[in-house]
Amino acid sequence: MDALAPGFEFEEPIHELQVQIADLRSQDPTAETQDEVRRLRRKLNETIREIYSSLTPWNTVRVARHKDRPYTRDYLGIAFDEFVELHGDRHFGDDRAMLTGFAKLDEHKVLVVGHQKGRTYKERSACHFGCAHPEGYRKAISKMNLAAKYGLPVICLIDTPGAYPGIGAEERGQAYAIADNMYEMSRLATPIICVVIGEGGSGGALGIGVGDRVAMLEHSYYSVISPEGCAGILWKSHSYAEKAATALRFTSSHLIEFGVVDSVIPEPLGGAHRDLHQMAARLKAYLLKTLQELKALPLDQLLDERYQKFRKMGVFLDSNSEPPATEELPPTTEVNDG
Amino acid sequence: MTLMTTTKRPKRGVPEGLWQRCPGCEQVIYKKEIDKRMGVCPRCEYHFYVSAHERVAQVLDEGTFEEWDAGLQSLDPLEFEDKKKYVDRLKAEQERTGLTEAALTGSGMIRARRVAFGVTDSAFIMGSMGSVVGERLARLVERATEHQLPLIIISGSGGGARMHEGILSLMQMAKVSAALARYDGAGGLFISVLTNPTMGGVAASFASLGDVVLAEPKALIGFAGPRTVKATIGIELPEGFQTSEFLLDHGYVDRIVSRGMLKSEIARTIDYCGK
Repeated sequence: MDALAPGFEFEEPIHELQVQIADLRSQDPTAETQDEVRRLRRKLNETIREIYSSLTPWNTVRVARHKDRPYTRDYLGIAFDEFVELHGDRHFGDDRAMLTGFAKLDEHKVLVVGHQKGRTYKERSACHFGCAHPEGYRKAISKMNLAAKYGLPVICLIDTPGAYPGIGAEERGQAYAIADNMYEMSRLATPIICVVIGEGGSGGALGIGVGDRVAMLEHSYYSVISPEGCAGILWKSHSYAEKAATALRFTSSHLIEFGVVDSVIPEPLGGAHRDLHQMAARLKAYLLKTLQELKALPLDQLLDERYQKFRKMGVFLDSNSEPPATEELPPTTEVNDG
Repeated sequence: MTLMTTTKRPKRGVPEGLWQRCPGCEQVIYKKEIDKRMGVCPRCEYHFYVSAHERVAQVLDEGTFEEWDAGLQSLDPLEFEDKKKYVDRLKAEQERTGLTEAALTGSGMIRARRVAFGVTDSAFIMGSMGSVVGERLARLVERATEHQLPLIIISGSGGGARMHEGILSLMQMAKVSAALARYDGAGGLFISVLTNPTMGGVAASFASLGDVVLAEPKALIGFAGPRTVKATIGIELPEGFQTSEFLLDHGYVDRIVSRGMLKSEIARTIDYCGK
């Protein structure tokens, strides 16, 4: 990214410092200006750290949607050693919003499935801005079945505003396609690692989101509905999106608390869009470590733990007065906090 | 004289509430006629809303329903508040509908065949699925698996995954779907019945996963709401878009069944597939 292009308005202090540093560096270097540059750089880092450690939920959404945020294809090019793209769902077409293919991660052969948003306008419209159609979900599950058949672990990179809402998508069974993916992924006989790398938009995210481990990048979000959609329904106006973003508690720190994600992968200073290579290295390290853990588990145990992981999700009060089955007396009410 | 008290004069003829205007044919229909036909318009076959308890009475043999997990109660993990606090909304909905949550589950008999039975009620926060609906359904599916019972779930949910419980609602979709996958692995028969409306996260999870999918006529069924679709594509939606008939034409529904026939259709399907 262009370091001097103005970013979000909350990044104004960062931008000012960057301009100051650039000014100094364009002058003839003297001991004095070099000292000042060093001082300003330290200050710049502190400012970025401060701003990014206290992003509001709405600003987290904006960072997750940043035009320079790394996408699935960027990670495939950097974190992975090879990517052999596999196209098509064998029923209708090849959804460009869903990338699938073989990849190598050091010595591990894996199958990668990931949403793709597209960088240029042309790409973005071909990818429907990362909103997959039913054929995208069908392509994903068919390649996952292929992976399971040949013992390849599956890595899902989630980055979508939501599944595509359109006439064709409904005609071709968007609801059924997403349901079927969750159903099949819950019992797919190979390790699955899911990572939300940007936007975790509702059913569109969950359609490739059932796995043995679910992680999030620090400044990504994962939500039951987009903040705009929620605001439109509950506040009757999209202009309440910021309020809805706060109410929905969908940032990585909340999701860890709710037990919905297992790990948060820290982003480089000032967000993934500032340092793709470092982000890719961190993602790779997480994937390698997790692959080793999962590959060591017997398949029965892996599948049972995957089932239990999702089975436990939810927060409710259980005040059933059924007689206890054992001599041990459980409390009459218990809080299942997942 | 201008002060003729026409407005205060007691109404002659049938008292209010005995007649109902049908949204399908715009006719005013004698309500008892509608009730006698299980909430179906005698003129145009329009299917009116029926509550979860009415569903139980319509589909299960009289007096056989035994509710499960009635003691599960919703909490407010997000401390969610829009124009109203979620806790207050829950209380108001409970009072209004007489239900504890949007799903009612249990066991019962259909023409003397024992089944696991669940129904979601679209009157309770749009029939949306939060943690309690997800947990009741997951337990229902697990018990059906354990006791090898046929499973019937009648969906009426315009709300999909419930926003007020955020990501936890979304995860219920995965939870119930995973339970259904195990039930499937154990050879269970799941009959999913789609009624007006079945949308969003409910359509995109258990409602779509039936071995046999039945739908009541002219129900609204789909993933994205018609308003969202229209806003995205910016053109008028075709007539009949996202109806039961549309889904049947596109291959997602096995049979469209009028409410009066639903019980016998379910019984017949169990006869064909039951062990």
